[in-house]
Amino acid sequence: MSSRLLINKTYKQFIGGAFERSESGRSYPVVGAEGQHLAHAVQGSRKDVRDAVASARSSQEGWAGRTAYNRGQILYRVAEVMESRRDEFCAEVLRATDGCSEKAAAAETAAAIDRWVWYAGWADKFPTVLGGANPVAGPYFNLSVPEPTGVVGIVAPDEQPLLPLVSRLAPVIVSGNTAVVLASERCPLAAITLAETLALSDVPAGVVNIITGHRDELVPPLAGHVAVDSLDISGCDSEQGAAAARQAAATITRVISASTAERQWADEAAQSPYLIDAFCETKTVWHPKGR
Amino acid sequence: MVFGVLSPNASLSITSPILGRVTDLLAVDAPVGAADAVAGIRITPVDAVGLEQRAASLCTRSIKTSSKAAALDLAVRMMDLTTLEGADTPERVQALCARARHPDAADWSVPPVAAVCVYPELVPVAVGALADSSVAVASVAGGFPAGLAPLEARLAEISWAVAAGADEVDIVLNRSAFLSGQYQKAYDEIAAAKQACGSAHLKVILETGELGSYDQIRRASMLAMVAGADFIKTSTGKIGTSATPPTALCMAEAIRDMAEQTGRAVGLKLAGGIRTAKQAWHYLVIVGETLGSGWLTPERFRLGASSLLNDVLMQRAKLRDGRYQRREDFSVD
Repeated sequence: MSSRLLINKTYKQFIGGAFERSESGRSYPVVGAEGQHLAHAVQGSRKDVRDAVASARSSQEGWAGRTAYNRGQILYRVAEVMESRRDEFCAEVLRATDGCSEKAAAAETAAAIDRWVWYAGWADKFPTVLGGANPVAGPYFNLSVPEPTGVVGIVAPDEQPLLPLVSRLAPVIVSGNTAVVLASERCPLAAITLAETLALSDVPAGVVNIITGHRDELVPPLAGHVAVDSLDISGCDSEQGAAAARQAAATITRVISASTAERQWADEAAQSPYLIDAFCETKTVWHPKGR
Repeated sequence: MVFGVLSPNASLSITSPILGRVTDLLAVDAPVGAADAVAGIRITPVDAVGLEQRAASLCTRSIKTSSKAAALDLAVRMMDLTTLEGADTPERVQALCARARHPDAADWSVPPVAAVCVYPELVPVAVGALADSSVAVASVAGGFPAGLAPLEARLAEISWAVAAGADEVDIVLNRSAFLSGQYQKAYDEIAAAKQACGSAHLKVILETGELGSYDQIRRASMLAMVAGADFIKTSTGKIGTSATPPTALCMAEAIRDMAEQTGRAVGLKLAGGIRTAKQAWHYLVIVGETLGSGWLTPERFRLGASSLLNDVLMQRAKLRDGRYQRREDFSVD
């Protein structure tokens, strides 16, 4: 009988398709539901935010340029890979959530996987539903097409480790946006495990970047960054969210926050094509109509 | 290791007491050819591992706040804003010149750059656009980028550019001659180019990416300086390998040795592949540490670049506004 040492995982940030420690070299302890030490997570800095935005920016055009069908396939692939690591996600959720039963952890994991599948299906359908040919008073075609806004900053909600994050992330990237996610400060580990599945799921490097660390330090540089086009402040408390919205307004960044209905994470209300639309800009094209 | 033979030069005779010390430094081999006028020079070898390590350590220097602001402005003031494309039009050059005067249209506190660098044909356009400004006009000439046009044609091109109003001329070292060991020929051509330049400043591009080793870079640096170069420059920007920190350090050390032995201060121009503000201030550190603050002026140090300026402006705007900037908000040309 050998007594071998456990080899613990180092939870690193996910920037530009690579797992990296913070430029600042810092980390912070993450505790579980019962106050037990789970791991040290990277304590990201504003420079990590800057690097993540740069990588999201440079990969956005290529991601949006993929066919909708291909983006749908890739989102479905994320679900496939998560499914194969289901037990790991369940354990991750269980350890991080206060008063969570095994059954509840399994349900959250299953819902998160299914949410990817749900949005994967929307990839080549939402432009038809949200856009279309508009009747106008003249001899013109008038077509509306939803297009991704660009780089989206997401402050992930703290309530649960996995499902809220997936619920906010999937509708952002399905349309061709790229994302810089500030993982939940309290329970960031599942986000990094999710990043590991993203890295294996044909999601191009830089499309999703995940930073862990302290909100107070990370939200301001993300909200103020000129290259961030939309900002989801669902994970901010009201004071922090208001400050972030003010900063975002200075650079004409769209600000979105989850509604009360959307915060019922396990409900169907938490998933909606209108959530895809929230991170899209409608482009309208006029074209003369022939005889 | 025979460096080659050097012919006497009106302005820089190697038999002069000053240059005699350079030959001491580089060690004198048996003279070849006419004994009274020529001598062979041996180049001290370069410790490649030490050079790369020192360059790497200088590039870890952290520069913050007010020092960073000063470094960014210094980098702008030292910049040779360059466009060397076959598709360059007079209008494009005029736009570049407007940027050279006021690099950031939204912030006129940004100082003008040192020079605009163009092909000879476009020198008159740049001269016209930069009249009554502090920005100099530099022209590549001498069969850029290969330097393998007939010598008469190269010299004629240099004279033409100078007559058209170029303040500075960037020529290329004849690598064909240098790499085949015809050091005398390479030297003579640079000396002839110096004469053709007249009062204009002569920058000699070594194209370090093609020289093969640091020893060769040091040898080419010495050869160009002794032949009369006012500046030695790393690259044309037309090949894959351009300025690197060890190359810059190697050339800076050659310049330092030249200055220590002869008192003659030769400038350094780094070009090609310098795209970020961080790279720029790393080079400032290398030059400052090797050559001293006397070289941290546009008269003795230049950064040749086309895309560097925008990154510097972005960093400057970050310092000013406190928020990270977006590349698309800065002008393409």
